[in-house]
Amino acid sequence: MTATTATPLVSADRGWRGVLIVGAIGGAIALYLSLVGIVPIFGERPLVRDIISLGQMSLVLTGIAIGWWAATRAPVGVGSALLAGLVAGLMTGGTLTLLMVLNEFVRLRSFAPNASPALWEILTFATEPPIAGSWIPAVLGAGLGLFGAALVLMPRLLRRVLVANLVALLVVGLFAGLVRTPMLSGPLSGLARQLFASEGLTVLGAVITLVVTTLLVVALDTLSVRDRVRRMPTARRQKSVIPLAIIALLFVLWLPLGLGSFAALAFATIALYVLMGLGLNITLGLAGLLDLGFVAFFAVGAYTVALLTSTGDLGIAQLSFWVAVPFAVLAAMLFGVVLGLPILGIRGDYLAIATLGFGFIIEILARSDLLSPWLGGPQGITNVPPPIATNPDDFLAGPNQIYYIALVCAAIIAFVAYRLRGSRLGRAWIAIREDEDVAEALGVNLVQTKMLAYMLGAGFAGLGGAIFAGLVGAMFPSSINIMVSINVVAIVVVGGMGSIPGVVVGAAFLIGLPELFREFAEYRFLFYGIALILVMRFRPEGLLPSRIGKQSMDQSVDPVMAASISDDDALVGGKA
Amino acid sequence: MNRTPNTKFSERALDWAIWAFLWTFRVLVVLVVVVGSLLTLSSGKYSFEVWVDLIVDGATLGGVYALIALGYTMVYGILRMINFAHGEVFMIGAFAGYFTGTFLNNIGFLNASPLASIVSIAVMMLVAALVATAVALLVERLAYRPLRNSPRLVLLISAIGASFVLQYSVKGIVGVGVFAYPSVTFLAESVDLPILSALRLRWSDVVIIGSALLMMVGLYAFTMRSKTGTAIRAVSEDPAAATLMGIDVNRAIVMTFAIGAAMAGAAGVLFGLIFRQVAFTTGFIPGIKAFTAAVLGGIGNIPGAMIGGMFLGGVESVGPQLIFDGLGVPSANQLKDVIAFTLLVLVLIFRPQGILGERLSRSRA
Repeated sequence: MTATTATPLVSADRGWRGVLIVGAIGGAIALYLSLVGIVPIFGERPLVRDIISLGQMSLVLTGIAIGWWAATRAPVGVGSALLAGLVAGLMTGGTLTLLMVLNEFVRLRSFAPNASPALWEILTFATEPPIAGSWIPAVLGAGLGLFGAALVLMPRLLRRVLVANLVALLVVGLFAGLVRTPMLSGPLSGLARQLFASEGLTVLGAVITLVVTTLLVVALDTLSVRDRVRRMPTARRQKSVIPLAIIALLFVLWLPLGLGSFAALAFATIALYVLMGLGLNITLGLAGLLDLGFVAFFAVGAYTVALLTSTGDLGIAQLSFWVAVPFAVLAAMLFGVVLGLPILGIRGDYLAIATLGFGFIIEILARSDLLSPWLGGPQGITNVPPPIATNPDDFLAGPNQIYYIALVCAAIIAFVAYRLRGSRLGRAWIAIREDEDVAEALGVNLVQTKMLAYMLGAGFAGLGGAIFAGLVGAMFPSSINIMVSINVVAIVVVGGMGSIPGVVVGAAFLIGLPELFREFAEYRFLFYGIALILVMRFRPEGLLPSRIGKQSMDQSVDPVMAASISDDDALVGGKA
Repeated sequence: MNRTPNTKFSERALDWAIWAFLWTFRVLVVLVVVVGSLLTLSSGKYSFEVWVDLIVDGATLGGVYALIALGYTMVYGILRMINFAHGEVFMIGAFAGYFTGTFLNNIGFLNASPLASIVSIAVMMLVAALVATAVALLVERLAYRPLRNSPRLVLLISAIGASFVLQYSVKGIVGVGVFAYPSVTFLAESVDLPILSALRLRWSDVVIIGSALLMMVGLYAFTMRSKTGTAIRAVSEDPAAATLMGIDVNRAIVMTFAIGAAMAGAAGVLFGLIFRQVAFTTGFIPGIKAFTAAVLGGIGNIPGAMIGGMFLGGVESVGPQLIFDGLGVPSANQLKDVIAFTLLVLVLIFRPQGILGERLSRSRA
């Protein structure tokens, strides 16, 4: 068991009680995944054709993780670790068996539609009748738990290879369909057909993935690339980054061109959210103002552009997009001032709920009969021309131009944010975020400084809205969705508050996955919620933290409340 | 506005502009409300009965808001955190009530007699309260307790995350449909009692307002008289001193969440009886409005939440007709929610401490 020092969950209080708790948690997770619909709906997406689906993979990974966790909680010893994995895995899978047995007596479907024949089919590998195969999840769970426990005990290299293979199967399987479509039209079409199914990998593709991953992991391990990079002199390391950065940039520019129009729209949306995320990053990341009404300013920007450029009945000026954009940004900033002034003087956390209210007010107003003579009511404003007039087969047609425009704007905002952070104003924002009272005592004018952050955030939101109107070619009240605000907040928080690369990663992850994969879109906000809680719990500074954010998020504020957390806190994963 | 002599002229000018803007805003709001009301009343478009009906509707809705607001106000009082997931706990309560009610309807008990209806509603509220409590305690355990020593922003974001997890878990489990609450025929009948007939009440109004008041009085007595209630008040006053007095802070916090969730769950059933439907999105807007009610009454203040809820319900019900109709706004009822959120902003500007004043510990304010 000495090999397990790398795992974070090893705690002092090992024992069978902990193993049983882990098993119960595993059962709860398996039950949740099944009933909430993740297993049956992801079950429709194969990872390896005819072998394993994403839904089954979610349960498989749960079983392995639970086995691993249980093994680290078991009393010291190889035998007890394996037994712990077996027991916890059995409990995890056994819960599903119990669910199936329960379904024989109570019609679960009447209040949980996902407890359907489709679920039983996935759980029992299509045994008929399903109840005859109800033992399958329990036995499989035990096996997976055992495997998870064995992972803990294995030599490091073997463990790495196995884990990397699981991850590779998941990632390559997910992206296979996306890579296949553009390849089919090129010289590689034969290869594409061999390796990738329309969704997921073929068996051959899976085998090749596994072999390549194994070789790669072994090679990286024996060459110990990471150590070599670490031992490199700093100057040389920085030099070797430059060509990588250029390749990455070219790749980013090529993306929408290479992957077809469906992917281009997804990438345009991601770029738009990168832009808005960078805007909120100033308000939330630097100044610490939790603005949940981002969509209000987004709407103001979008409606301004729509009004000024539309060639339809409601258009008032028929300006070009580029002339209208500055007006949109200014209008959004003005709204930021008008809405922000009354509330910015008050306690920080009220801001969240007041701004949430603004989002609703703007949507209700845009939809209402009161403003419909100008904003078109539910029908919205249509006939907004695209920013750059092109032929349909031009490379700048449709979402492509939006992608590049949004990227350029995002780069400008990133530069502004980067320069602001070190400025007097940026340092004042950070001071406010850390402690309002201290900041005020040091001579920071709270209302004005907050106002500037809020106004800038509003302006960038307006810019996002303006580009959105250009992308869609119209603006409807239904686009003013509170979820736009939540998307942006989630991007900034998950990526790392105050961190510019964090926003890019956050947007790629949180917007990209649901845009590219229909199955994720179904559970998008569920994953956001889980991501927000997990990030706050284990990595409050975000995935790619900025240097300052990292310092401030780790500190404790109230020793008494901290002391009141009871010792059984280790139950939910322990202090990492 | 602190005007230290050293500040630059430009900063003082900006300060002054902000001050002027705020006052213009205040005067404008008062003007809109007064002129709108006067114009509506002088036009005589609505009869006295219509206003009475609107006020009664407002009181039933206000009772529900007040019950939800209690959970917000108590949690804020003790942890200084907006429990964003509270609205979803309310929604889950409404669903628990829906499934219980449907079951009782299927076995023919729900509408067997007026007494059976009352018992059924009580059972629905009890089940809803239990389920809501269980969910709230789970959320507290998983999403809040591990973060108790983190900065407030971290806790707030975790709460928003919890809100989404609950909302979309319910969506995943029961589906996206709108579920029609089982109808209780007895509630639709009007009340034939001598004094109350002028109010033109239906039994639903009596049951909803009555049970809301009963629960609020019970809660007030509980927090004022019982040992646990005293512990809760002590912890929200000063957690450090409470610990020194031998109070289990953790237990007080858990009890706060449990009581607030039970109230919200029961309120979910009342909400279902009023609007006759429930969906996974049901909790969001009532949740925000109830928080408005809590701020309105003075956050941390239990009687304040009750008064704030009733006030908000009344304003929301009467406001569109009273204010906007007189100003000639088309389809004034569309703007119902605008009133509630504007009210929140107005309270924050005019009287951020709320009607009855805040009750928060000074040491952590």
